[in-house]
Amino acid sequence: MNDRADAATPARRSKVRAAPKGRQTEPQALAEVRQLLGDAPRRRDLLIEHLHRIQDRYGSLADRHLVALAHEMRLAMTEVYEVATFYHHFDVVKDGAAAPPAVTVRVCDSLACELAGARGLLEKLPKALGKDVRVLHAPCIGRCEQAPAATVHRHPVPNATVEKIQALVSARSLAHPPARDRATFAPESFIEPLDTPGAGSTVSPAYVGYDTYRKGGGYRLVAECLAGGHDAESIIQKMEHSGLRGLGGAGFPAGRKWRIVRAEPQPKMVAINIDEGEPGTFKDRVYLERDPHRFLEGMLVAAWAVQGGACYIYLRDEYHGCRAILEKELARLKDDPPCALPPIELRRGAGAYICGEESAMIESIEGKRGMPRLRPPYVAQVGLFGYPTLEHNFETVYWVRDILEKGPEWFAGFGRNGRKGLRSFSVSGRVKKPGMHLAPAGITVRELIDEYCGGMLDGHRFYGYLPGGASGGILPAAMADIPLDFDTLNKYGCFIGSAAVVILSDRDRATDAARNLLAFFKEESCGQCTPCRVGTAKALALMERRDWDQPLLNELSQAMMDASICGLGQAAPNPILCALKYFPQERG
Amino acid sequence: MTAITKQEIAALPVEFKLNGRTVVGRADETIIETARHHGIEVPHLCYKPGLRPDGNCRACVVEIKGERVLAPSCCRYPQDGMEVTTDSARAVASQKVVLELLLADMPEQRHTLDNELDRWARKLEVGLPRFPGRHQPAADASHPAIAVNLDACIQCTRCLRACREEQVNDVIGYAFRGDHSKIVFDLDDPMGASTCVGCGECVQACPTGALAPARGAGLVEADRKVDSVCPYCGVGCLMTYHVKDNRIVQVEGRDGPSNHGRLCVKGRYGFDYVAHRHRLTAPLVRKAGVPKSRDFVVDPDKWRDAFREVTWEEALDLAARGLREIRDRHGRQALAGFGSAKGSNEEAYLFQKLVRTGFGSNNVDHCTRLCHASSVAALMEGISSGAVSNQVSDVAKAEVVFVIGANPTVNHPVAATWMKNAAKRGTKLIVADPRRTELARHATRFLQFKADTDVALLNALMYTIVEEGLVNEAFVRDRTSGYEALRENVKKYPPERMAPVCGVPAETIREVARLYANSGASMILWGMGISQHVHGTDNARCLIALAMMTGQIGRPGTGLHPLRGQNNVQGASDSGLIPMVFPDYQRVDDPEARKRFEAFWGMELDPKPGLTVVEIMNAAKKGEIRGMYIMGENPAMSDPDVDHAREAMAALEHLVVQDLFLTETAYLADVVLPATAWPEKVGTVTNTDRMVQLGRKALEPPGDVREDLWIINEIARRIGLDWSYAHPRDVFNEMRGCMDSIAGITWERLERDSSVTYPCEKEGDPGTPVIFTTHFPTATGRGKFVPADLIPAAEQPDHDYPMVLITGRQLEHWHTGAMTRRAGVLDAIEPEPVASVHPLDLAKLKARPGDVITVESRRGSISLYARVDEGTPAGAVFIPFCYYEAAANALTNPALDPFGKIPEFKYCAVRVTKGGATPMRMSFGGGQAPLPAARVTARD
Repeated sequence: MNDRADAATPARRSKVRAAPKGRQTEPQALAEVRQLLGDAPRRRDLLIEHLHRIQDRYGSLADRHLVALAHEMRLAMTEVYEVATFYHHFDVVKDGAAAPPAVTVRVCDSLACELAGARGLLEKLPKALGKDVRVLHAPCIGRCEQAPAATVHRHPVPNATVEKIQALVSARSLAHPPARDRATFAPESFIEPLDTPGAGSTVSPAYVGYDTYRKGGGYRLVAECLAGGHDAESIIQKMEHSGLRGLGGAGFPAGRKWRIVRAEPQPKMVAINIDEGEPGTFKDRVYLERDPHRFLEGMLVAAWAVQGGACYIYLRDEYHGCRAILEKELARLKDDPPCALPPIELRRGAGAYICGEESAMIESIEGKRGMPRLRPPYVAQVGLFGYPTLEHNFETVYWVRDILEKGPEWFAGFGRNGRKGLRSFSVSGRVKKPGMHLAPAGITVRELIDEYCGGMLDGHRFYGYLPGGASGGILPAAMADIPLDFDTLNKYGCFIGSAAVVILSDRDRATDAARNLLAFFKEESCGQCTPCRVGTAKALALMERRDWDQPLLNELSQAMMDASICGLGQAAPNPILCALKYFPQERG
Repeated sequence: MTAITKQEIAALPVEFKLNGRTVVGRADETIIETARHHGIEVPHLCYKPGLRPDGNCRACVVEIKGERVLAPSCCRYPQDGMEVTTDSARAVASQKVVLELLLADMPEQRHTLDNELDRWARKLEVGLPRFPGRHQPAADASHPAIAVNLDACIQCTRCLRACREEQVNDVIGYAFRGDHSKIVFDLDDPMGASTCVGCGECVQACPTGALAPARGAGLVEADRKVDSVCPYCGVGCLMTYHVKDNRIVQVEGRDGPSNHGRLCVKGRYGFDYVAHRHRLTAPLVRKAGVPKSRDFVVDPDKWRDAFREVTWEEALDLAARGLREIRDRHGRQALAGFGSAKGSNEEAYLFQKLVRTGFGSNNVDHCTRLCHASSVAALMEGISSGAVSNQVSDVAKAEVVFVIGANPTVNHPVAATWMKNAAKRGTKLIVADPRRTELARHATRFLQFKADTDVALLNALMYTIVEEGLVNEAFVRDRTSGYEALRENVKKYPPERMAPVCGVPAETIREVARLYANSGASMILWGMGISQHVHGTDNARCLIALAMMTGQIGRPGTGLHPLRGQNNVQGASDSGLIPMVFPDYQRVDDPEARKRFEAFWGMELDPKPGLTVVEIMNAAKKGEIRGMYIMGENPAMSDPDVDHAREAMAALEHLVVQDLFLTETAYLADVVLPATAWPEKVGTVTNTDRMVQLGRKALEPPGDVREDLWIINEIARRIGLDWSYAHPRDVFNEMRGCMDSIAGITWERLERDSSVTYPCEKEGDPGTPVIFTTHFPTATGRGKFVPADLIPAAEQPDHDYPMVLITGRQLEHWHTGAMTRRAGVLDAIEPEPVASVHPLDLAKLKARPGDVITVESRRGSISLYARVDEGTPAGAVFIPFCYYEAAANALTNPALDPFGKIPEFKYCAVRVTKGGATPMRMSFGGGQAPLPAARVTARD
């Protein structure tokens, strides 16, 4: 370039930075963000909530809004960006790129849905729906009994077909259909083998509203507790005697957890995990969309027993129907409280399997990337906002009222094959009646298929099963008589986890299932630790080869199990090892 | 979360088994640390001493008996009876797989000489990785100082922690997830387009060269490494030069007491000025008949138009003869000298001794006059000591930190990191400034008060403290005097009445007053926003009063800290480069002090305080000062109303300038003496924390450049002094003889420790970080309250000049830019003169960001580029004074504070219009990133 000519032309300005370093806040974008946020607090922990507001309003997160939000919340731009890009449900749009189309169809391609034909849907839909509709594959959306499942924006499509989806799209039927609150419900009704509540039914079953729940004796227990009618020690003992264990998958005895947290200094927090994301698992949704107050009461009793303060409920973003119910019912509860209530906050996930991990969930509630914490210190000592925290899966607190009202013996009285208690099995795959089946702990998969699931689908022969979702390993049909419960499967390199049972048939291959699961883990790894972030990617790459390098996969698997920070990376190799060990015939 | 557990863990000894041996560790020391103490190495990548351990790489996993999975030894603390094995087959298998996984994704080309991943892989004998590699990201070469090669990134987040948790610049993030996880800048922007301030902490932290010095500087094997101290601001960061072929190829932060390994962009990347082609390499003498005038045009490439090269003999003879003749013909008061806050203590001391004993007057001053003279005046008056009471690091011990009129993220970047660290840990940070600075984002309360209303704001704070009964009565009773007058005076300034004056809501003023007064320890730090006003001394008086009335002084985490701007402004002042005082602030008009120095130096001394910087210029213009010796200062750029200063210097009969470059001041000289740059000599400097620190020689000076001490010595000999200082050590030892504050510091100790805090009166004294703990060094031991009333700035905006000009500095450019505009990286980041303007004002001008605007005052006019900046208050314009082609000081008002004699750089009336002449291209590096640091490239 000629320097002299340059001096007179605007190109001469190119070296001058016309603003301070980096992106600057646009006044217009700031005004828009301020309007959206209204008088909501600008606290860091509300970052994800605020991102949702912008995403909901504008259909994406434009860079200008992210910059404005950072300014408004006094965060660094990158702190906003790294959180926004962590979660699937945020669409970050930069530098004037087009926002995604107004309608997004998400097709679940987790194992049960893949078995039911999700691939075909994903191939056909883009053409069928045209370029004004975005088609994405989604990790498990918690409707495995309705496989293949999809959502049109927020409208769930059970047993999805191209036609069903097309119809919803053209009708612009994008919202989750509202549910009526006219039902009565008792959890035991699931104990006897019933017709699958989900299959064929509407996506919005009627549920037990606040008034009905109270009329049925609801919230009496917690009111008594607060009024001094029970002492915490005896309540905790009852919980211990019931044998109730954490039903999110880890199986830590609930009563013992209460005792531990009770011994911690105040202030203390309570956090309820409804980030039900383990592929194959949908039990929490089934209960929540029918009977939302039972778990709330359990949560309040737990909070009282451990002398906890605020209660945080973390609900996965995919459960739009459940969120609507919870928002409405929490408002009713707070408007007409049965007793003094602690602060209760409902927090919305944003599409991240890892946030079902207890410490990742806490990070997410704090408005951060859902990266699991190293332990020790344990959540019970240093949890939410740094305080000792009682964290429970939804279903664990769901049983509290019934256990305390009916007595611990009632719960412990169920069981088979030497095991005690009840398990809510989410069954999907090649059976006649997939669905949530409440069955005695210790039931075998053969019994579960025959007694609860109406047997295998016609034309399918039982071939193998996943006893505990994506992470719990894969077992062959020959091992169908193992009691299904905590601890019983460990010696086989498997676990029951959240009791999500996926049934494979002779038309399926464990190797393919394992590959599907690894793809899921790779995509859902938080990216924090090497064995999981790099390990899942390399494992998948190795598994995509025709010939599996068995020694290398074994070596890698061992390191992932031994050295990963959290359960995701530690359990991710289970499907590989099971496929290698129990299904050698599949690789010649 | 770690903070809480750490508090709970007592530092008790813990006995556990490590690889079969019983060892004693500590409950607050991780296993990897204990292992290291016992000579056991555990591979590690994300762990780096000094950074918060994160435990993400998992290379350091170890087996703990009874645990289901392996544990990261960098994050786990031992417990009694624990059995830890770092080298079991199981642990090593995982360690190796982790290394192999990362190795699989490494690029062919290396970006650093010391790749920690390669090092550990070699040690553990990890062979060629068996896993397929990843798809590699593209390189990002957008930043002039730092090359981003994420193909070598192992996602260990050391850079992120360095950026976010150490420096708290908050630029680096970890975005996306899973194997898409990525180190990003801001919104995944190119580093050069991000908010990155180029501190290079991330580069220092990176184990694999994914973030590396640009242009291959990290691939140059250094011949030697030399420990020294940074030559830029008053923070005094210790660092290490990496020298290759007599060039500094890299600079590394060293664990100094004020920086603990941290540096800023200047200290890390601002050293190639020493080898700039403009460097003077031989003495110059003005050609006969070349006139001096105030409106010269600087073109360093055309120096031959005005000067000719001569030998040292000729130059020194000419220089000394001119000075000598003026002294002999016109008397001692006809000469003056400006020393420099950029030289060493030894140079400052010798220079003032030269003026006092050789010229025979006290007409010696330096740029402290332009920085903190008013602060020092108030401090001397109130508590008889101009130094800081507490060191910057005390912010970690404070509950409340009050920063007013200072922009430390720009002017004291590493000091700012400690403030931001404290704020992150929960210290309440209160920032008060007319401009919203970066620090404001970290503040509990940010008071954007109207420029010029400092006293209104501070008196309203004191009003609240009095009214609400927050005064520390015991402190006031036992350690102060004059409180009643102050109390009566502040009654006139209720917050409710001052709120409209200063623009801060009354409730906020009250809240801040309560925070400050009630906290267990509150500390005040201030900068030139306080001092550079005609009421600068009043501003500082208020701050002193605030601290004394609440008893927030004399303890750790409290006190008064005027942030010193230059690397040695504290030391130069201590050494006596001030017209009213001898070394150690002993007043020249105090007969006792004078007697001491007359005896010490062996001759009679002038009992009359000398003239200050601006007074000297005025006297020069009037012909009262006829000759000057200026060492390392650039008043032609730094003085207010530079046209006036240039005119004054042009009027001198004889001007000797000693500098690295042909500066704007040197252009007016009769003799120019080429001096050594900081890395080319040995000497001590004293930072803002009263730390005396040793700079060491790393480079041989270019051409026929001589050391400054030698030059002063030669001039002295030629004007009749019998001097023979051979080494800075000799000068320092002489200084110890007349300066009680440093009497205990030996040269040997400086060589050993690099840094000693004064007061250190006896050899072996540890040094005194907190002073005034029991009394103030006044005659009565009491601090004196001095009330202040509202005095408006000397020049108020009016119809003709409706806006306010605030001047100051920017991060990349040091003072008048003589060094930094010749440092390639710094010049590339900020090549052109800019004026920061509020977007609303810019819109009123109908100008767009980047347009040329013209700023005029009653004294001058400059044209420069508009930079839109929401932090600049509407109605004001901020201009850094480092740009010759648009010299802010052409506009400033030379009105002086009556006590400190400091000019009002922070406030004058200007008119801003759109358009004007395109500024001359004066960026001495062309605004381009410099060429590769060395011809040497990677060996493989």
